Amino acid sequence: MQFLKTALAAGVTTAMLAGPVLAQGKPAEIKIGITTFLSGPASVFGVPGKAAAEMIAEDINKKGGIGGVPVKLSFVDEGAGGEALVSNYRRMVQDEKVDATFASISSGSCNQLVPVAEDLKVMNFMWDCGAASILETKKYRYNFRTQANGTPEMLAVLVYLLKMKPDFKTIAVVNQDYAWGRESWEIFSTALKAMKPDVQVVAELFPKFGAPDYSTEVSRLLALRPDVVLTTSWGGDLDTLVRQAGQRGLLQQSAFVLAIGESSIQRLGKDLPEGLIVGARGDHWFLHPEKKNDAAFKAFNEAFKAKTGSWPIYPVYHMAQAFSALQAAYDKAIKANGGNWPSHEQVVDAAAGTEFATGFGRPVTLRVEDNQGLEAQLVGITKAVPGYDFKVLDNMMVFDPRAITTPPGMRSVEWLKTLKPEFVKMEVPTFRH
Amino acid sequence: MNSTLAILAVLDGISYAALVFLVSVGLSLIFGVLRVVNVAHGSFYAFGAYLAATFSLAVAPLSPWLTYPALVAASIVIGVVCGGLIERFLLRPLYGRDDVLQLLITFAAFMIMDNLQRLIWGVQPIFANEPLKLLPNISVFGVNYTSYQVLLLPCVALLTLIGLRYFLRRTLAGAVIMAVTEDREAATAIGIDAKRVYFVTFIIGASFAALGGALALPTTSLVPGMGADMIVLSFAVAATAGLGQIEGTAVTALMIGLARAFIIYTQPEFEVLVPYLLMVLVLLVRPFGLFGATQLRKI
Repeated sequence: MQFLKTALAAGVTTAMLAGPVLAQGKPAEIKIGITTFLSGPASVFGVPGKAAAEMIAEDINKKGGIGGVPVKLSFVDEGAGGEALVSNYRRMVQDEKVDATFASISSGSCNQLVPVAEDLKVMNFMWDCGAASILETKKYRYNFRTQANGTPEMLAVLVYLLKMKPDFKTIAVVNQDYAWGRESWEIFSTALKAMKPDVQVVAELFPKFGAPDYSTEVSRLLALRPDVVLTTSWGGDLDTLVRQAGQRGLLQQSAFVLAIGESSIQRLGKDLPEGLIVGARGDHWFLHPEKKNDAAFKAFNEAFKAKTGSWPIYPVYHMAQAFSALQAAYDKAIKANGGNWPSHEQVVDAAAGTEFATGFGRPVTLRVEDNQGLEAQLVGITKAVPGYDFKVLDNMMVFDPRAITTPPGMRSVEWLKTLKPEFVKMEVPTFRH
Repeated sequence: MNSTLAILAVLDGISYAALVFLVSVGLSLIFGVLRVVNVAHGSFYAFGAYLAATFSLAVAPLSPWLTYPALVAASIVIGVVCGGLIERFLLRPLYGRDDVLQLLITFAAFMIMDNLQRLIWGVQPIFANEPLKLLPNISVFGVNYTSYQVLLLPCVALLTLIGLRYFLRRTLAGAVIMAVTEDREAATAIGIDAKRVYFVTFIIGASFAALGGALALPTTSLVPGMGADMIVLSFAVAATAGLGQIEGTAVTALMIGLARAFIIYTQPEFEVLVPYLLMVLVLLVRPFGLFGATQLRKI
């Protein structure tokens, strides 16, 4: 009887001690909550991003998951916007108890959700939004940006323009009238003024977001005859502008710079002429010069094309980067924890300063000082080649992110003002198609 | 601004006004006859554009000239099918009830059609510019214009205005519609089938919205949300003109088109404000719109 009592006490004690250990065991799944545009004009990015997330999650799970744990996705439509987006995000974190979130595409959404993620202490990867100011004004623990921001994206395009067309005297801008259109022009024009102060800005046009007609803007630019026309527009707006400008000869009259035009190239098809400068919001391009012969890269691109009918565009690669960052953070945390499953806080600790290979471009580092991703930038010029019914990129330059990203602790606009004309002389590797 | 730029701005303004008129006139006509503020009007515009793209892309390989009848056919199909179904099954049960119900039901129709649009045509921008490419460019002071935009669209808008005026004032069917518009009860008492008039008018109004979308197709990219943008602008035009005023809608569309073009040439940062600024200014002075008249309220 005494033996039974002792055995029972030992069993209860063991169970009590084992409790916390079991809580640190592997979970059944890693839940990831993703905000993306499933409605509205930005669904041109959100829907391919969702398709990519589903493909990548399936692939991760086929290979045994992250640290042996499968991933499970849930999605929230950013198109709902405002309070509805915040409520849905809270529900996802508090009710569904997701382990990490990828939020968001729009900088407006990021501005709303970043403080919420910080409050809820959930690890959040800003997977596509570009406003530099978010991480420049406050240091966050739980929020990371797994790609670049608007500053290196615009600076790379500007340096490319100055290298390719150093003697231009006048420039006009046609951007969408919302936060990105205004902020990207502020970045570009500040840097332009610092590096080439003699250039005259002859028109600053900000048509309504989603404008169906640019005829008047095109007429005005045809009359003004600027050497260069810049646009950071995207989606249907960019397609319409390029087509209307092409139909009326503006693309032939001025040198056009499509700062984030990579995502429109396939849709524009033959309507996009040769010789336009195109930025890619990162070093993304389905014919990336350093990756195009990589078997895994080609297999992913072809699988995506088979699934969606189009080659991947930059939000697809940005989504892939968020998954790579998550995998890298978990791997690092598991290793640091002696092979045991890490706590949420340990994963967050591991994410800071992580360098991860995406397989789709150069590796990205989550800068430890401000959690800003350091991502290379690819810029090229359109060219017709056999085998494609749209233009591809040629004379591609891949910019080192360390040279073109605002140093930690500085505001982008202040840093850009300190640039000198010599900045353009940086060595940048150039690749032919 | 010199005279050369002023002429360019006038051309741009007329071209923009033509499309705005085609969409707004349908909204105004429906309100004038049915007294329904149709929120789903923007969806007819979007559906007209998308169906025109489907038809155009299908017939273009046979002959690019077939894309013109394709635009018209798409407008009629959308007007008859979507307009007819909405009037018959959603609006008709609500006639004589609170106006708010009509507003809510057309808003529901708008939301449903917005989702249907994504379901049918997806979210990627669609473009079909064959009709525009068939017509030559015109050079004005060294600036190229497409004759589709500066000649064809204004001509269609003008013909629509003249045709509508003639139809409403010189034909029996038009007289019947005008009678129902003036006094539904009296018209019914003399044997006019008001329900039928409502049905036909709604289809005509929906067809004009769809025609606006179809004619916009060759110049623009079709994207999710395009209907919502157009309904806001159409309301601004129709309200400024005075709801139900056909000629007023034409004049207001022209005013807004020209003001917008001149603003883009001179103070482009105010472009977005122009239609709404004009609307506020007009409604402050004339609450029933530029061409609207004070009406007696039946109690």
